[in-house]
Amino acid sequence: MSSEQRKTPLYDAHLELGAKMMDFAGWRLPMQYSGIREEHLAVRRSVGLFDVSHMGEILVSGPGAFEFLDYLLTRNMSGTQPGRALYSPMCNEKGGTVDDLLAYPLSEDRYLLVVNAANTAADLAHMRFVAKTTWAATGKPLPQIDDCSADYAQLALQGPNAKDILSPIIPETSQLRPFRFLQPASAPDWLVSRTGYTGEDGFEIYLPPAQARDLWQKLLAAGATPAGLGARDTLRLEAALPLYGHELSPDISPLDAGLERFVFTAKPQPGFVGQEALSSVGQSRQLIGLKALGRTIPRQGYPLIQAGKPIGTVTSGGYSPTLERGIALASVETTTTIDGSVLVRIRDKDEPFEVCSLPFVKRS
Amino acid sequence: MAIVKEDLLYTRSHEWVRFADGLATIGITDYARNELGELVFAEAVSSGRRVVPGQSVGAIESVKVAADILSPLTGEIVESRTEIGDELDQLTADPYAVWFVVIRPDHLSELDDLMDAAAYEDFCASEG
Repeated sequence: MSSEQRKTPLYDAHLELGAKMMDFAGWRLPMQYSGIREEHLAVRRSVGLFDVSHMGEILVSGPGAFEFLDYLLTRNMSGTQPGRALYSPMCNEKGGTVDDLLAYPLSEDRYLLVVNAANTAADLAHMRFVAKTTWAATGKPLPQIDDCSADYAQLALQGPNAKDILSPIIPETSQLRPFRFLQPASAPDWLVSRTGYTGEDGFEIYLPPAQARDLWQKLLAAGATPAGLGARDTLRLEAALPLYGHELSPDISPLDAGLERFVFTAKPQPGFVGQEALSSVGQSRQLIGLKALGRTIPRQGYPLIQAGKPIGTVTSGGYSPTLERGIALASVETTTTIDGSVLVRIRDKDEPFEVCSLPFVKRS
Repeated sequence: MAIVKEDLLYTRSHEWVRFADGLATIGITDYARNELGELVFAEAVSSGRRVVPGQSVGAIESVKVAADILSPLTGEIVESRTEIGDELDQLTADPYAVWFVVIRPDHLSELDDLMDAAAYEDFCASEG
């Protein structure tokens, strides 16, 4: 029920814009304003603004914070330095994915993790369990783990014109390189990073909830198009970015979701949680990209068919506003050979798709 | 407010039914169109097929979701709008002007299970 859903500090602003709202991960969020296609194309061609305040934030701090994080996260953490954002999966002992997240090293012993809203509670439980058990057994210091989701609203400003719109408001951002972040001189409790989830250039801005509405209005007044979760999903699909619950789950390893460049299987002792499982099992599945040859639209769960037999499943599918046809990410075994085209079973009919390279749409 | 037409019957899955001369014509309601958002695909099941209540007689997709058009009746599809995939603009402009299939129902009593316009308006209001 909508009355039990949480509301972001921009809830009223969304209603004033006439947004169609939806329930997502316990939150009441905008699905669309003017329309998914229009919002999507605004991000590809100009700039769009998303309220993603539902995302979770977890602070890992204190002595041992870095080593603990290196133990929790699958990626090579050797390049870690303040100001540099790191994307990484976090695995369970079986090598399944607990979550995928962005880590912001604020200082040598303070790390802000940005996690999927639906996973925040499970992430905290996993992290605290690991801290108490296998991490404690190493005898290394126990860091502090705090849920600070309520301290942050998050706006994502995405598109080729994002820089032009943001730099008059926060001048330092014009010099910010991709995957770098800063805390503006004028607002030291904000965090601005040159990251996103659309495949375009852009920024993610974390700030106190009470200040979110003011920035939201300023960015809209500067020409950003408000964009909802509908466009966020079609944009990330075109960019072939994984979505937890689709490409990743507790039963899907990051290797099987095509994230091998974020898995450092040779991480030295004590390694990372799930390393043994991932090293011994390795990669058994891969993600492929499919484009519809007809007008049909693939959706999550639809089977892939070759020579009359099921050979895989669509993990994410939908209509691509840029390509104006159906596209899908699909999971198949690495041993399966596919010769350029494959069928997807859509409502009992087998429809032809071509296998294509990823991402479906490259940065404009 | 979604448009509801007086002279039609309605299903709980948001199809409209026009019954005349022993034939039931089926389409999607304005409420359904609003809920779906921008339409990007439509198809109707071929004529000659027999269907029972709850069975798909077509499909409609928006950028966001896919939905089946469900038959509320037992009978034979006697006409199918095969060109509906080319008529998304018309369907968007007026969903009551574009039907998906025509069914010859076996049991006219099944029509009694459908809602009239007033009941359907109340039903849409309760859906929020």
